Amino acid sequence: MTRRKTWFQFLFDVSVWLSPLPIAGLFLWLIGDLILRGSGAFWPDAAEVGGNSVVIVFEQIIQFLTAAPERAGRGGGIGPILISTGLILSVCMTVALPIGLGTAIGLSEFLPVNSRFGRLVRRSLDVLSGVPSIVFGLFGNAFFCRFLGLKFSIASGGLTLACMVLPLLIRSAEEGFRAVPDSQRQAAAALGFSRWSTVFRIILPQASLGIVVGLILGTGRALAETAALIFTSGYVDRMPRSLGDSGRSLSIHIYDLSMNVPGGNENAYASALVLVASLAVINLGAHQLMTRLLKREVAYA
Amino acid sequence: MNRSFRAAAVVVAIACAIVAGCESRSTAPTSSKPIEIKQVTITGASTLAPLLSEIAKRFEKENPSIRIDVQTGGSSRGVSDTRSGLVDIGMVSRDLKSDEGDLQRFKIARDGVCLIVHKDNPVPSLSREQIVSIYTGGIRNWKDVGGVDSPITVVNKAEGRSTLEVFTGHFKIDSRKIHADVVIGDNEQGVKTVAGNPLAIGYVSIGTAEYDRESGIPIRLLPLEGIEASVKNVANGTFPMSRTLHLVTKSEPQGAVKEVVEFATSPKVHDLVRGLSFVPIE
Amino acid sequence: MFQSNKDRLLTALVIGMAAIAGSIVVIIAIFVVKESIPAMTHIGGSRFLTDESWHPADDAPRGQFNLLPILLGTVLSSMGAICVAAPLGVLSAVFCQFYAPLRVARWYRMIIELMAGVPSVVFGLWGLVVLVPIVASIHPPGQSLFTGIIILTLMILPTVVLLTDAAFSSVSHSYRQGAAALGLSRATTVLSVMIPAAWSGIVTAVLLGLVRALGETMAVVMVCGNVVRLPKGLFDPVRTLTGTIALEMGYARGDHRASLFFCGMVLLILVAVLVASIEIANRRGRHDTT
Repeated sequence: MTRRKTWFQFLFDVSVWLSPLPIAGLFLWLIGDLILRGSGAFWPDAAEVGGNSVVIVFEQIIQFLTAAPERAGRGGGIGPILISTGLILSVCMTVALPIGLGTAIGLSEFLPVNSRFGRLVRRSLDVLSGVPSIVFGLFGNAFFCRFLGLKFSIASGGLTLACMVLPLLIRSAEEGFRAVPDSQRQAAAALGFSRWSTVFRIILPQASLGIVVGLILGTGRALAETAALIFTSGYVDRMPRSLGDSGRSLSIHIYDLSMNVPGGNENAYASALVLVASLAVINLGAHQLMTRLLKREVAYA
Repeated sequence: MNRSFRAAAVVVAIACAIVAGCESRSTAPTSSKPIEIKQVTITGASTLAPLLSEIAKRFEKENPSIRIDVQTGGSSRGVSDTRSGLVDIGMVSRDLKSDEGDLQRFKIARDGVCLIVHKDNPVPSLSREQIVSIYTGGIRNWKDVGGVDSPITVVNKAEGRSTLEVFTGHFKIDSRKIHADVVIGDNEQGVKTVAGNPLAIGYVSIGTAEYDRESGIPIRLLPLEGIEASVKNVANGTFPMSRTLHLVTKSEPQGAVKEVVEFATSPKVHDLVRGLSFVPIE
Repeated sequence: MFQSNKDRLLTALVIGMAAIAGSIVVIIAIFVVKESIPAMTHIGGSRFLTDESWHPADDAPRGQFNLLPILLGTVLSSMGAICVAAPLGVLSAVFCQFYAPLRVARWYRMIIELMAGVPSVVFGLWGLVVLVPIVASIHPPGQSLFTGIIILTLMILPTVVLLTDAAFSSVSHSYRQGAAALGLSRATTVLSVMIPAAWSGIVTAVLLGLVRALGETMAVVMVCGNVVRLPKGLFDPVRTLTGTIALEMGYARGDHRASLFFCGMVLLILVAVLVASIEIANRRGRHDTT
């Protein structure tokens, strides 16, 4: 009995140690491939090499990030597309974050565990998280673009994405709230804290890990989205002048270049590289911010 | 805690400032120069969307008072959105159907459709009967048409795509009888599929295929009925399987829409049409 | 009980936001059902199962609307992906939490977070250009259920790993200390203390992974082959519900368009059923332990 148990334990140990290998391996393969193909757009032409090639590469990267696309995206850069993507994302998060946090607070701190309303909202959010992005696209097109009259615009795209990332944000924030031990809530109540201060001084700071995870997952999902945006924020690749303009997101640009524009491969990969790199930066930033926040909380306590 | 709130407030304020900045920068020139900006919207065939985007940019440069928004969807979307008045101009990447006669049509370019195989495929050409048989499941192995002894991977286009209609129309195949192994959407997906599978056969826009072959992608364009598949042969009208790319409007175009249509069908954009490997209408 | 104005405001605010968040899916459902009504009245429910094949471009009398192969393709690809991703993801989360040195765990977590952000288009492009030719050389055509499962697994892994990881870290520290005090081995601690304690979080993680796989569109369109036929094996091409909508929406009119919305409705129902069954499973689990 004990021997079989140890054998099983050994097997478990081995599979735990081995599990990251295929995942990390495949992922690094993908990233390596992306870097290899994507950086091609930044290397100086053979004829130009002679000067300081590092400077040339740097200049080409800046050029690519700021210039407008030319010849249907095969030439030029992705300047306006980056701006559009950023604006779509800020609309999305500006709307989704307060609603998401509010809902999460309501669900886990205000409503009794077995309240009918809470269960209903949770269930509907679970279903919402499963709505395929393409259905969000169709819905966004009919609801935001046509019904609310926002047309093909960055605002429509951002709002559609906000609906999409909401369940993720709420779930993660809730997980974070659950991590706060009840003893702290009881202590706060015993000290006569109002609910307001309990939420803002005790719950939210401690749940920041969950919130940041949700934010990262949500940003990832929003940035990565193609299907929901093509019929809401649209295809126009010029510099947007307001949130009411149509603007092409980076992922749509990648899709169009790789699937629809002959000769678009090089810039498709370069754009994909930019997208993945910016996500890496966001992640690192979030981590830094988190550690700093946590430290400050400890200092205040 | 207060400090992190202040930090959050600062972030929000900066975000607002950026958005406001974008807004004010965009409104500033219009308020000093009161020209009315007219908006023209175009939607439809994904094949045409990159071309129209380029044409729109050139047009805007010449006519700063008109803005053109190009969206994409599909030929049928172009037709239905134009009909319902949702957009001003529709893009249609096929000849118009008999029940679409209510729309004004404008030829903008021509395009051929050809069969492609992998570069390493030894089969030099296929007859009409062989192609029909391959696509309807009669011939399943390359050795039956003089190739290697391996199964054929038949690449077909998704239901409703214009290229599929051109293909089935030319070969008089009932699209229900097609026995496909891979179904794809846009042209480049077809090229990538065939380039990655030496046993595949597919059909795509000639312009796309030629451009990709020139840039080193391992595909070969099969001649059709003895005529080489090339943009040149589409231009001189000898290549048998081709289509006309159209713009459509609901009624006789007026004002800004008229200007856009006239510009898009004028010789001023022929270099852009050729740049995307289509054939301009002379 | 004493409640300040601030508290009353906060309560109203969060309840209101919860109501907004909860009503979104209702609006979407109403809209999808409304648009698919023509499909249900013209074509009728049974034809979606009994028609010869899927040729929806013609209107109802002539068109063929057999959804069965598509439905099966959706179920097979997402179930296949979750069958690989769930064990692998949970093991990975265990690795991060209990096995790996702190620095390795941090690196691994970062890789997973990066992975969460890779757009489906990039996964699809990589799958089409790199993976499909490899699979094709083993067993043509290369675009198949198998390739789809690999890509989907990669795409849903981050969801499973990150959420399971979060579930583990929210298990109270006293459990870990208790297990350590009892002198339990690492594997036993994980298997008989941590996993049961984090069970509802793990189930949620797997559920969210599964629904993500069900809803994935662009990558699937690029690597699955999209042929509407019952697959005979792992290397046969499949079509999914989402892929059908993505491929055909721009070209669909009339009954065809309505039948695509019907696909959307079927997806919604699938997800709703899944959510309900998980909730039941969770509740039963809770009764068993108490």
